[in-house]
Amino acid sequence: MLNQKIKVRDLKLWYGKFEALHGVDLDIYENEITAFIGPSGCGKSTLIKTLNRMNDLVENCRIEGSVELDGKNIYSKKVELNELRKRVGMVFQQPNPFPKSIYDNIAFGPRTHGIKKKNELDEIVEKSLRQAAIWDEVKDHLDRNALSISGGQQQRICIARALAVEPDVLLMDEPTSALDPISTAKIEELVMELKEDYTIVMVTHNMQQASRISDRTAFFLNGDIIEQDMTRQLFTNPKEEQTDNYISGRFG
Amino acid sequence: MDNLRQGTIKEAKAKANRQPPFKKAAKGNLAEKIMHGVFLLAAFTSIFSLVLIVIFIFTNGLPMMVEYGLADFIFGQTWNQTTFGLLPMILGSVLVTLGAVSIGVPIGVMTAIFMAEFCPKKLYAFLKPAVNLMAGIPSIVYGFFALRIIVPQIRQLFGGPGNSMLAAIMLLSIMILPTVISLSESAIRSVPRSYFSGSVALGASPERSIFSVLVPAAKSGIFSSIVLGVGRAIGETMAVVMVAGNQPLMPRGLTQGIRTLTTNIVMEMAYASGQHRDALVATGVVLFIFIMIINTTFLIMKSKEAK
Repeated sequence: MLNQKIKVRDLKLWYGKFEALHGVDLDIYENEITAFIGPSGCGKSTLIKTLNRMNDLVENCRIEGSVELDGKNIYSKKVELNELRKRVGMVFQQPNPFPKSIYDNIAFGPRTHGIKKKNELDEIVEKSLRQAAIWDEVKDHLDRNALSISGGQQQRICIARALAVEPDVLLMDEPTSALDPISTAKIEELVMELKEDYTIVMVTHNMQQASRISDRTAFFLNGDIIEQDMTRQLFTNPKEEQTDNYISGRFG
Repeated sequence: MDNLRQGTIKEAKAKANRQPPFKKAAKGNLAEKIMHGVFLLAAFTSIFSLVLIVIFIFTNGLPMMVEYGLADFIFGQTWNQTTFGLLPMILGSVLVTLGAVSIGVPIGVMTAIFMAEFCPKKLYAFLKPAVNLMAGIPSIVYGFFALRIIVPQIRQLFGGPGNSMLAAIMLLSIMILPTVISLSESAIRSVPRSYFSGSVALGASPERSIFSVLVPAAKSGIFSSIVLGVGRAIGETMAVVMVAGNQPLMPRGLTQGIRTLTTNIVMEMAYASGQHRDALVATGVVLFIFIMIINTTFLIMKSKEAK
Protein backbone atom coordinates (compact mmCIF):
# COMPACT_ATOMS: atom_id res chain seq x y z
CA MET A 1 0.00 0.00 0.00
CA LEU A 2 2.89 2.36 0.60
CA ASN A 3 4.61 3.02 -2.67
CA GLN A 4 8.20 4.00 -2.43
CA LYS A 5 8.65 7.07 -4.55
CA ILE A 6 12.26 8.05 -4.06
CA LYS A 7 15.13 5.91 -2.95
CA VAL A 8 18.47 7.52 -2.12
CA ARG A 9 21.40 5.19 -1.68
CA ASP A 10 24.89 5.93 -0.45
CA LEU A 11 24.74 9.48 -1.77
CA LYS A 12 27.91 11.47 -1.37
CA LEU A 13 28.18 15.07 -2.47
CA TRP A 14 31.09 17.46 -2.68
CA TYR A 15 31.19 21.20 -3.16
CA GLY A 16 34.71 21.43 -4.51
CA LYS A 17 36.75 19.67 -1.83
CA PHE A 18 34.16 19.98 0.90
CA GLU A 19 32.15 16.82 1.42
CA ALA A 20 28.63 17.96 2.26
CA LEU A 21 26.93 14.56 2.32
CA HIS A 22 28.70 11.44 3.52
CA GLY A 23 26.84 8.53 2.00
CA VAL A 24 23.18 9.14 2.75
CA ASP A 25 20.37 6.55 2.50
CA LEU A 26 16.81 7.78 2.43
CA ASP A 27 13.37 6.46 1.51
CA ILE A 28 10.49 8.70 0.53
CA TYR A 29 6.98 7.33 0.14
CA GLU A 30 4.14 8.35 -2.11
CA ASN A 31 1.45 10.68 -0.73
CA GLU A 32 3.36 11.37 2.41
CA ILE A 33 5.05 14.44 3.76
CA THR A 34 8.67 13.76 4.54
CA ALA A 35 10.37 16.42 6.64
CA PHE A 36 14.10 17.06 6.87
CA ILE A 37 15.15 18.55 10.18
CA GLY A 38 18.52 19.39 11.67
CA PRO A 39 20.77 22.35 12.41
CA SER A 40 21.95 24.77 9.69
CA GLY A 41 24.59 23.60 7.28
CA CYS A 42 24.04 19.91 7.89
CA GLY A 43 23.02 18.97 4.36
CA LYS A 44 19.21 19.18 4.35
CA SER A 45 18.94 21.69 1.54
CA THR A 46 21.80 20.03 -0.28
CA LEU A 47 20.01 16.71 -0.28
CA ILE A 48 16.67 18.15 -1.35
CA LYS A 49 18.38 19.82 -4.30
CA THR A 50 19.79 16.52 -5.48
CA LEU A 51 16.27 15.14 -5.84
CA ASN A 52 15.55 17.31 -8.89
CA ARG A 53 19.18 17.85 -9.78
CA MET A 54 19.18 21.55 -9.00
CA ASN A 55 22.68 20.87 -7.66
CA ASP A 56 23.71 20.61 -11.33
CA LEU A 57 23.58 24.41 -11.39
CA VAL A 58 26.16 24.66 -8.63
CA GLU A 59 29.69 24.94 -9.90
CA ASN A 60 32.19 22.31 -8.72
CA CYS A 61 29.44 20.15 -7.29
CA ARG A 62 30.06 16.43 -7.66
CA ILE A 63 28.04 13.48 -6.50
CA GLU A 64 28.35 9.72 -6.06
CA GLY A 65 25.69 7.18 -5.26
CA SER A 66 22.19 6.93 -6.62
CA VAL A 67 18.83 8.65 -6.41
CA GLU A 68 15.99 6.59 -7.80
CA LEU A 69 12.62 8.03 -8.74
CA ASP A 70 10.06 5.28 -9.32
CA GLY A 71 12.91 2.83 -9.59
CA LYS A 72 14.97 4.76 -12.13
CA ASN A 73 18.23 6.45 -11.33
CA ILE A 74 17.81 10.14 -12.07
CA TYR A 75 21.57 10.56 -12.41
CA SER A 76 21.82 8.13 -15.31
CA LYS A 77 22.82 9.69 -18.61
CA LYS A 78 19.52 8.79 -20.25
CA VAL A 79 17.51 11.05 -17.99
CA GLU A 80 15.99 14.09 -19.65
CA LEU A 81 16.71 16.82 -17.15
CA ASN A 82 13.78 19.08 -18.02
CA GLU A 83 11.40 16.13 -17.89
CA LEU A 84 12.76 15.19 -14.45
CA ARG A 85 12.26 18.71 -13.12
CA LYS A 86 8.76 18.73 -14.54
CA ARG A 87 8.01 15.61 -12.48
CA VAL A 88 9.80 16.85 -9.38
CA GLY A 89 8.70 20.40 -8.69
CA MET A 90 10.33 22.77 -6.24
CA VAL A 91 9.34 25.63 -3.98
CA PHE A 92 12.14 27.77 -2.61
CA GLN A 93 12.87 29.41 0.71
CA GLN A 94 12.42 32.93 -0.59
CA PRO A 95 9.26 33.34 -2.65
CA ASN A 96 10.57 33.86 -6.19
CA PRO A 97 7.67 34.70 -8.48
CA PHE A 98 8.78 36.04 -11.85
CA PRO A 99 8.27 39.76 -12.43
CA LYS A 100 5.28 38.99 -14.62
CA SER A 101 1.55 38.92 -14.07
CA ILE A 102 0.09 36.30 -11.75
CA TYR A 103 -1.45 34.61 -14.75
CA ASP A 104 1.82 34.47 -16.67
CA ASN A 105 3.62 33.10 -13.64
CA ILE A 106 1.30 30.13 -13.41
CA ALA A 107 1.09 29.66 -17.18
CA PHE A 108 4.88 29.75 -17.58
CA GLY A 109 5.40 26.06 -16.80
CA PRO A 110 2.58 24.72 -18.99
CA ARG A 111 3.67 27.01 -21.82
CA THR A 112 7.21 25.70 -21.44
CA HIS A 113 5.89 22.20 -21.90
CA GLY A 114 3.99 23.04 -25.04
CA ILE A 115 0.49 24.06 -23.98
CA LYS A 116 -0.48 27.07 -26.07
CA LYS A 117 -4.28 27.15 -26.18
CA LYS A 118 -5.78 29.97 -24.18
CA ASN A 119 -8.72 28.00 -22.79
CA GLU A 120 -6.49 25.12 -21.70
CA LEU A 121 -4.12 27.55 -20.00
CA ASP A 122 -7.03 29.36 -18.33
CA GLU A 123 -8.18 26.07 -16.92
CA ILE A 124 -4.74 25.10 -15.62
CA VAL A 125 -4.22 28.53 -14.07
CA GLU A 126 -7.52 28.40 -12.22
CA LYS A 127 -7.03 24.81 -11.10
CA SER A 128 -3.50 25.43 -9.84
CA LEU A 129 -4.47 28.60 -8.00
CA ARG A 130 -7.39 26.79 -6.39
CA GLN A 131 -5.11 23.92 -5.36
CA ALA A 132 -2.74 26.41 -3.80
CA ALA A 133 -5.67 27.97 -1.93
CA ILE A 134 -5.11 31.42 -3.35
CA TRP A 135 -7.70 31.57 -6.14
CA ASP A 136 -10.21 33.58 -4.15
CA GLU A 137 -7.60 36.16 -3.20
CA VAL A 138 -6.27 36.79 -6.69
CA LYS A 139 -8.97 35.78 -9.15
CA ASP A 140 -10.04 39.37 -9.79
CA HIS A 141 -6.57 40.62 -10.62
CA LEU A 142 -4.73 37.87 -12.42
CA ASP A 143 -3.09 40.52 -14.57
CA ARG A 144 -1.41 42.16 -11.59
CA ASN A 145 2.34 41.83 -11.19
CA ALA A 146 3.06 38.87 -8.93
CA LEU A 147 5.64 40.94 -7.06
CA SER A 148 2.95 43.36 -5.89
CA ILE A 149 1.22 40.91 -3.54
CA SER A 150 2.28 39.92 -0.03
CA GLY A 151 5.10 37.49 0.72
CA GLY A 152 2.73 34.78 1.90
CA GLN A 153 0.63 35.15 -1.22
CA GLN A 154 3.74 35.13 -3.37
CA GLN A 155 4.80 31.84 -1.85
CA ARG A 156 1.40 30.32 -2.62
CA ILE A 157 1.72 31.66 -6.17
CA CYS A 158 5.03 29.81 -6.35
CA ILE A 159 3.36 26.66 -5.10
CA ALA A 160 0.61 27.09 -7.69
CA ARG A 161 3.26 27.68 -10.33
CA ALA A 162 4.96 24.43 -9.37
CA LEU A 163 1.64 22.54 -9.37
CA ALA A 164 0.72 23.85 -12.81
CA VAL A 165 3.17 21.48 -14.51
CA GLU A 166 1.52 18.55 -12.68
CA PRO A 167 4.52 17.14 -10.86
CA ASP A 168 4.51 13.86 -8.89
CA VAL A 169 6.78 15.15 -6.19
CA LEU A 170 6.93 18.59 -4.63
CA LEU A 171 10.16 19.65 -2.96
CA MET A 172 9.89 22.50 -0.49
CA ASP A 173 13.05 24.06 0.85
CA GLU A 174 12.04 25.89 4.03
CA PRO A 175 8.98 27.32 2.31
CA THR A 176 7.74 29.22 5.35
CA SER A 177 10.93 30.51 6.92
CA ALA A 178 10.54 33.91 5.24
CA LEU A 179 6.88 34.23 6.15
CA ASP A 180 4.79 35.49 9.06
CA PRO A 181 2.91 33.05 11.33
CA ILE A 182 -0.45 33.51 9.60
CA SER A 183 0.96 32.88 6.15
CA THR A 184 2.89 29.96 7.58
CA ALA A 185 -0.27 28.41 8.99
CA LYS A 186 -1.98 28.78 5.61
CA ILE A 187 0.87 27.07 3.83
CA GLU A 188 1.03 24.26 6.36
CA GLU A 189 -2.66 23.65 5.94
CA LEU A 190 -2.23 23.71 2.21
CA VAL A 191 0.68 21.27 2.26
CA MET A 192 -1.37 18.79 4.26
CA GLU A 193 -4.12 18.96 1.66
CA LEU A 194 -1.65 18.58 -1.18
CA LYS A 195 -0.29 15.28 0.05
CA GLU A 196 -3.49 13.63 -1.19
CA ASP A 197 -2.19 14.12 -4.70
CA TYR A 198 1.51 14.64 -4.36
CA THR A 199 4.54 13.30 -2.60
CA ILE A 200 6.01 16.11 -0.55
CA VAL A 201 9.50 16.59 0.76
CA MET A 202 10.06 19.56 3.01
CA VAL A 203 13.11 21.03 4.65
CA THR A 204 12.30 22.90 7.81
CA HIS A 205 14.16 24.56 10.63
CA ASN A 206 11.06 24.49 12.67
CA MET A 207 10.67 21.26 14.64
CA GLN A 208 7.12 22.07 15.64
CA GLN A 209 6.31 22.42 11.97
CA ALA A 210 7.83 19.04 11.20
CA SER A 211 5.94 17.36 14.01
CA ARG A 212 2.68 19.12 13.11
CA ILE A 213 2.48 18.24 9.47
CA SER A 214 4.90 15.52 8.40
CA ASP A 215 4.34 11.78 8.29
CA ARG A 216 7.96 10.89 8.24
CA THR A 217 11.02 12.76 9.45
CA ALA A 218 14.70 12.48 8.73
CA PHE A 219 17.14 14.03 11.17
CA PHE A 220 20.33 15.39 9.63
CA LEU A 221 23.58 16.17 11.35
CA ASN A 222 26.85 17.21 9.71
CA GLY A 223 26.14 15.63 6.35
CA ASP A 224 24.66 12.38 7.68
CA ILE A 225 21.13 11.24 8.29
CA ILE A 226 21.25 10.18 11.92
CA GLU A 227 17.76 8.81 12.07
CA GLN A 228 14.68 8.50 9.88
CA ASP A 229 11.34 7.23 11.02
CA MET A 230 7.65 7.94 11.26
CA THR A 231 7.38 11.45 12.64
CA ARG A 232 5.50 10.48 15.77
CA GLN A 233 8.00 7.77 16.51
CA LEU A 234 10.99 10.02 15.96
CA PHE A 235 9.67 12.81 18.12
CA THR A 236 8.34 10.71 20.98
CA ASN A 237 10.73 7.84 21.06
CA PRO A 238 13.94 8.56 19.16
CA LYS A 239 16.37 5.70 18.83
CA GLU A 240 19.52 7.80 18.68
CA GLU A 241 20.81 9.95 21.48
CA GLN A 242 21.77 12.79 19.09
CA THR A 243 18.19 12.93 17.81
CA ASP A 244 16.90 13.05 21.34
CA ASN A 245 19.31 15.86 22.18
CA TYR A 246 18.27 17.84 19.15
CA ILE A 247 14.52 17.51 19.44
CA SER A 248 14.60 18.24 23.13
CA GLY A 249 16.46 21.44 22.33
CA ARG A 250 19.79 20.62 23.86
CA PHE A 251 21.60 21.92 20.76
CA GLY A 252 20.84 23.25 17.31
CA MET B 1 16.09 66.83 -3.18
CA ASP B 2 18.45 69.72 -2.56
CA ASN B 3 15.95 71.40 -0.32
CA LEU B 4 15.63 68.19 1.59
CA ARG B 5 19.36 67.96 2.04
CA GLN B 6 19.55 71.58 3.15
CA GLY B 7 16.78 70.84 5.58
CA THR B 8 18.56 67.92 7.15
CA ILE B 9 21.79 69.85 7.40
CA LYS B 10 19.99 72.68 9.17
CA GLU B 11 18.36 70.23 11.53
CA ALA B 12 21.68 68.60 12.25
CA LYS B 13 23.20 71.98 12.95
CA ALA B 14 20.38 72.92 15.26
CA LYS B 15 20.82 69.64 17.05
CA ALA B 16 24.56 70.17 17.36
CA ASN B 17 23.97 73.64 18.82
CA ARG B 18 21.69 72.27 21.47
CA GLN B 19 24.41 69.98 22.74
CA PRO B 20 27.04 71.29 25.15
CA PRO B 21 29.78 72.98 23.10
CA PHE B 22 32.77 70.67 23.30
CA LYS B 23 35.91 72.06 21.73
CA LYS B 24 36.41 69.01 19.56
CA ALA B 25 32.91 69.14 18.23
CA ALA B 26 33.34 72.79 17.29
CA LYS B 27 36.50 71.95 15.38
CA GLY B 28 34.71 69.14 13.58
CA ASN B 29 31.94 71.53 12.64
CA LEU B 30 34.37 73.94 11.03
CA ALA B 31 35.98 71.22 8.94
CA GLU B 32 32.53 70.02 8.05
CA LYS B 33 31.49 73.50 6.97
CA ILE B 34 34.55 73.89 4.80
CA MET B 35 34.11 70.52 3.16
CA HIS B 36 30.46 71.27 2.66
CA GLY B 37 31.51 74.37 0.77
CA VAL B 38 34.04 72.45 -1.30
CA PHE B 39 31.51 69.85 -2.37
CA LEU B 40 28.93 72.51 -3.09
CA LEU B 41 31.43 74.35 -5.26
CA ALA B 42 32.22 71.15 -7.17
CA ALA B 43 28.56 70.47 -7.81
CA PHE B 44 27.98 74.10 -8.71
CA THR B 45 30.78 74.07 -11.30
CA SER B 46 29.19 71.34 -13.39
CA ILE B 47 25.71 72.81 -13.08
CA PHE B 48 27.09 76.24 -13.93
CA SER B 49 28.72 75.01 -17.12
CA LEU B 50 25.51 73.29 -18.15
CA VAL B 51 23.56 76.47 -17.57
CA LEU B 52 26.14 78.45 -19.57
CA ILE B 53 25.87 76.03 -22.48
CA VAL B 54 22.09 76.26 -22.50
CA ILE B 55 22.16 80.05 -22.32
CA PHE B 56 24.78 80.32 -25.05
CA ILE B 57 23.03 77.96 -27.46
CA PHE B 58 19.57 79.30 -26.95
CA THR B 59 20.39 83.02 -26.91
CA ASN B 60 22.39 82.64 -30.12
CA GLY B 61 20.17 80.11 -31.81
CA LEU B 62 16.61 81.00 -30.90
CA PRO B 63 16.50 84.59 -32.22
CA MET B 64 17.78 83.36 -35.60
CA MET B 65 15.10 80.65 -35.70
CA VAL B 66 12.39 83.16 -34.89
CA GLU B 67 13.75 85.75 -37.31
CA TYR B 68 14.08 83.26 -40.14
CA GLY B 69 10.74 81.63 -39.36
CA LEU B 70 10.58 78.51 -37.27
CA ALA B 71 8.67 76.47 -39.84
CA ASP B 72 10.95 77.57 -42.68
CA PHE B 73 13.98 76.63 -40.61
CA ILE B 74 12.74 73.24 -39.44
CA PHE B 75 10.91 72.15 -42.59
CA GLY B 76 12.92 73.95 -45.28
CA GLN B 77 14.55 71.54 -47.69
CA THR B 78 17.31 73.70 -49.05
CA TRP B 79 20.48 74.60 -47.22
CA ASN B 80 23.13 76.95 -48.60
CA GLN B 81 24.95 80.12 -47.56
CA THR B 82 21.74 82.14 -47.55
CA THR B 83 18.90 79.65 -47.26
CA PHE B 84 18.68 77.66 -44.07
CA GLY B 85 16.27 74.73 -44.35
CA LEU B 86 17.32 72.16 -41.76
CA LEU B 87 15.01 69.30 -42.74
CA PRO B 88 17.65 67.34 -44.73
CA MET B 89 19.94 67.28 -41.71
CA ILE B 90 17.14 66.46 -39.24
CA LEU B 91 16.09 63.55 -41.43
CA GLY B 92 19.72 62.61 -41.93
CA SER B 93 20.34 62.39 -38.20
CA VAL B 94 17.10 60.52 -37.56
CA LEU B 95 17.63 58.02 -40.38
CA VAL B 96 21.27 57.35 -39.60
CA THR B 97 20.42 56.88 -35.94
CA LEU B 98 17.49 54.57 -36.67
CA GLY B 99 19.67 52.54 -39.02
CA ALA B 100 22.50 52.28 -36.53
CA VAL B 101 20.13 51.26 -33.76
CA SER B 102 18.39 48.64 -35.85
CA ILE B 103 21.72 46.98 -36.62
CA GLY B 104 23.67 47.72 -33.44
CA VAL B 105 21.01 47.00 -30.84
CA PRO B 106 20.23 43.38 -31.77
CA ILE B 107 23.94 42.60 -32.02
CA GLY B 108 24.69 44.43 -28.79
CA VAL B 109 21.85 42.92 -26.78
CA MET B 110 22.64 39.43 -27.98
CA THR B 111 26.31 39.94 -27.13
CA ALA B 112 25.25 41.11 -23.68
CA ILE B 113 23.09 38.01 -23.18
CA PHE B 114 25.98 35.85 -24.33
CA MET B 115 28.41 37.58 -22.00
CA ALA B 116 26.13 37.45 -19.00
CA GLU B 117 24.88 33.89 -19.40
CA PHE B 118 26.70 31.70 -21.89
CA CYS B 119 30.23 32.98 -22.10
CA PRO B 120 33.01 30.62 -20.95
CA LYS B 121 35.14 32.26 -18.27
CA LYS B 122 38.30 32.28 -20.36
CA LEU B 123 36.60 33.99 -23.27
CA TYR B 124 34.93 36.46 -20.91
CA ALA B 125 38.31 37.46 -19.52
CA PHE B 126 39.17 38.60 -23.03
CA LEU B 127 35.76 39.83 -24.20
CA LYS B 128 34.97 42.15 -21.32
CA PRO B 129 38.16 44.23 -21.55
CA ALA B 130 37.76 44.25 -25.32
CA VAL B 131 34.31 45.80 -25.05
CA ASN B 132 35.60 48.34 -22.54
CA LEU B 133 38.43 49.17 -24.91
CA MET B 134 35.93 49.71 -27.72
CA ALA B 135 34.28 52.36 -25.58
CA GLY B 136 37.60 54.12 -25.16
CA ILE B 137 38.73 54.24 -28.79
CA PRO B 138 38.62 57.86 -30.03
CA SER B 139 35.87 58.41 -32.53
CA ILE B 140 38.27 59.72 -35.15
CA VAL B 141 39.89 56.27 -35.17
CA TYR B 142 36.53 54.68 -35.83
CA GLY B 143 36.02 57.18 -38.61
CA PHE B 144 39.35 56.37 -40.16
CA PHE B 145 38.62 52.65 -39.96
CA ALA B 146 35.27 53.16 -41.67
CA LEU B 147 36.82 55.37 -44.33
CA ARG B 148 39.41 52.77 -45.24
CA ILE B 149 37.36 49.58 -44.83
CA ILE B 150 33.62 50.22 -45.02
CA VAL B 151 33.51 52.98 -47.63
CA PRO B 152 35.54 51.11 -50.31
CA GLN B 153 33.43 47.99 -49.74
CA ILE B 154 30.22 49.94 -50.30
CA ARG B 155 31.67 51.57 -53.38
CA GLN B 156 32.59 48.18 -54.75
CA LEU B 157 29.34 46.43 -53.89
CA PHE B 158 26.81 49.12 -54.71
CA GLY B 159 28.70 51.59 -56.85
CA GLY B 160 28.34 55.30 -56.14
CA PRO B 161 30.71 57.32 -54.03
CA GLY B 162 30.88 54.95 -51.08
CA ASN B 163 30.66 57.88 -48.67
CA SER B 164 27.01 57.37 -47.86
CA MET B 165 24.20 56.95 -45.41
CA LEU B 166 24.93 53.22 -45.33
CA ALA B 167 28.56 53.83 -44.38
CA ALA B 168 27.48 56.14 -41.55
CA ILE B 169 24.90 53.61 -40.36
CA MET B 170 27.40 50.77 -40.28
CA LEU B 171 29.99 52.90 -38.56
CA LEU B 172 27.57 54.10 -35.90
CA SER B 173 26.14 50.65 -35.33
CA ILE B 174 29.65 49.58 -34.33
CA MET B 175 30.20 52.68 -32.23
CA ILE B 176 27.08 52.19 -30.13
CA LEU B 177 27.98 48.57 -29.36
CA PRO B 178 30.02 49.16 -26.20
CA THR B 179 27.27 51.32 -24.67
CA VAL B 180 24.55 48.81 -25.48
CA ILE B 181 26.63 45.80 -24.46
CA SER B 182 27.92 47.01 -21.09
CA LEU B 183 24.62 48.46 -19.90
CA SER B 184 22.53 45.53 -21.10
CA GLU B 185 24.95 43.06 -19.59
CA SER B 186 24.83 44.68 -16.18
CA ALA B 187 21.03 44.87 -16.45
CA ILE B 188 20.85 41.13 -17.11
CA ARG B 189 23.33 40.38 -14.36
CA SER B 190 21.35 42.36 -11.84
CA VAL B 191 18.28 40.14 -12.28
CA PRO B 192 18.01 37.93 -9.16
CA ARG B 193 19.36 34.44 -9.76
CA SER B 194 16.32 33.06 -7.97
CA TYR B 195 14.28 33.79 -11.11
CA PHE B 196 16.58 31.51 -13.02
CA SER B 197 16.39 28.68 -10.47
CA GLY B 198 12.63 29.10 -10.29
CA SER B 199 12.31 28.70 -14.02
CA VAL B 200 14.73 25.80 -14.31
CA ALA B 201 12.93 24.03 -11.47
CA LEU B 202 9.77 24.07 -13.58
CA GLY B 203 11.52 22.06 -16.25
CA ALA B 204 12.39 24.99 -18.47
CA SER B 205 15.70 24.68 -20.29
CA PRO B 206 18.39 27.18 -19.32
CA GLU B 207 17.92 28.85 -22.72
CA ARG B 208 14.20 29.29 -22.23
CA SER B 209 14.79 30.51 -18.69
CA ILE B 210 17.18 33.14 -19.97
CA PHE B 211 15.06 34.36 -22.86
CA SER B 212 11.63 34.12 -21.23
CA VAL B 213 12.44 35.12 -17.66
CA LEU B 214 15.81 36.81 -17.21
CA VAL B 215 15.83 39.01 -20.31
CA PRO B 216 12.24 40.26 -19.87
CA ALA B 217 13.08 40.99 -16.22
CA ALA B 218 16.00 43.11 -17.43
CA LYS B 219 14.05 44.85 -20.14
CA SER B 220 13.95 48.31 -18.63
CA GLY B 221 17.72 48.24 -18.18
CA ILE B 222 18.18 46.97 -21.71
CA PHE B 223 15.85 49.66 -22.95
CA SER B 224 17.83 52.39 -21.26
CA SER B 225 20.99 51.01 -22.85
CA ILE B 226 19.27 51.42 -26.21
CA VAL B 227 18.28 54.97 -25.38
CA LEU B 228 21.85 55.86 -24.45
CA GLY B 229 23.00 54.18 -27.66
CA VAL B 230 20.63 56.44 -29.57
CA GLY B 231 22.12 59.42 -27.78
CA ARG B 232 25.60 58.31 -28.75
CA ALA B 233 24.62 57.79 -32.38
CA ILE B 234 22.83 61.09 -32.82
CA GLY B 235 25.62 63.06 -31.15
CA GLU B 236 28.56 61.47 -32.97
CA THR B 237 30.33 63.94 -35.23
CA MET B 238 33.93 63.41 -36.22
CA ALA B 239 33.61 59.82 -37.34
CA VAL B 240 30.43 60.50 -39.26
CA VAL B 241 31.83 63.52 -41.08
CA MET B 242 34.54 61.28 -42.54
CA VAL B 243 32.19 58.80 -44.21
CA ALA B 244 28.73 60.30 -44.67
CA GLY B 245 29.33 62.33 -47.83
CA ASN B 246 27.89 65.41 -46.12
CA GLN B 247 25.83 66.81 -48.99
CA PRO B 248 23.14 69.05 -47.48
CA LEU B 249 20.45 67.35 -49.52
CA MET B 250 17.32 65.42 -48.68
CA PRO B 251 18.17 61.72 -48.13
CA ARG B 252 18.08 59.98 -51.50
CA GLY B 253 18.92 56.42 -50.61
CA LEU B 254 21.22 54.24 -48.58
CA THR B 255 24.17 54.45 -50.95
CA GLN B 256 23.96 58.21 -51.40
CA GLY B 257 25.60 60.84 -49.26
CA ILE B 258 23.85 62.41 -46.32
CA ARG B 259 24.46 65.15 -43.80
CA THR B 260 23.55 64.99 -40.12
CA LEU B 261 22.90 67.78 -37.62
CA THR B 262 26.29 67.42 -36.00
CA THR B 263 28.23 67.31 -39.25
CA ASN B 264 26.27 70.29 -40.52
CA ILE B 265 27.82 72.35 -37.75
CA VAL B 266 31.33 71.04 -38.04
CA MET B 267 31.42 71.36 -41.85
CA GLU B 268 30.59 75.04 -41.97
CA MET B 269 31.46 76.57 -38.62
CA ALA B 270 34.99 77.45 -39.66
CA TYR B 271 33.94 80.03 -42.26
CA ALA B 272 30.39 80.95 -41.23
CA SER B 273 29.46 84.46 -40.14
CA GLY B 274 26.34 86.51 -39.51
CA GLN B 275 23.04 84.73 -39.96
CA HIS B 276 24.82 81.69 -41.37
CA ARG B 277 26.74 81.30 -38.13
CA ASP B 278 23.56 81.75 -36.09
CA ALA B 279 21.87 79.11 -38.24
CA LEU B 280 24.59 76.66 -37.24
CA VAL B 281 24.09 77.48 -33.58
CA ALA B 282 20.36 76.98 -34.15
CA THR B 283 21.25 73.56 -35.54
CA GLY B 284 22.81 73.00 -32.13
CA VAL B 285 19.52 74.00 -30.53
CA VAL B 286 17.68 71.34 -32.51
CA LEU B 287 20.33 68.78 -31.61
CA PHE B 288 20.13 69.82 -27.98
CA ILE B 289 16.37 69.32 -27.99
CA PHE B 290 16.80 65.86 -29.49
CA ILE B 291 19.27 64.96 -26.75
CA MET B 292 16.93 66.34 -24.10
CA ILE B 293 14.12 64.17 -25.40
CA ILE B 294 16.39 61.12 -25.34
CA ASN B 295 17.66 61.80 -21.83
CA THR B 296 14.18 62.45 -20.51
CA THR B 297 13.08 59.13 -21.96
CA PHE B 298 16.06 57.56 -20.22
CA LEU B 299 15.17 59.16 -16.88
CA ILE B 300 11.54 58.15 -17.13
CA MET B 301 12.60 54.61 -17.83
CA LYS B 302 15.02 54.60 -14.91
CA SER B 303 12.35 55.79 -12.53
CA LYS B 304 9.99 53.12 -13.80
CA GLU B 305 12.71 50.58 -13.18
CA ALA B 306 13.14 51.81 -9.64
CA LYS B 307 9.48 51.15 -9.01
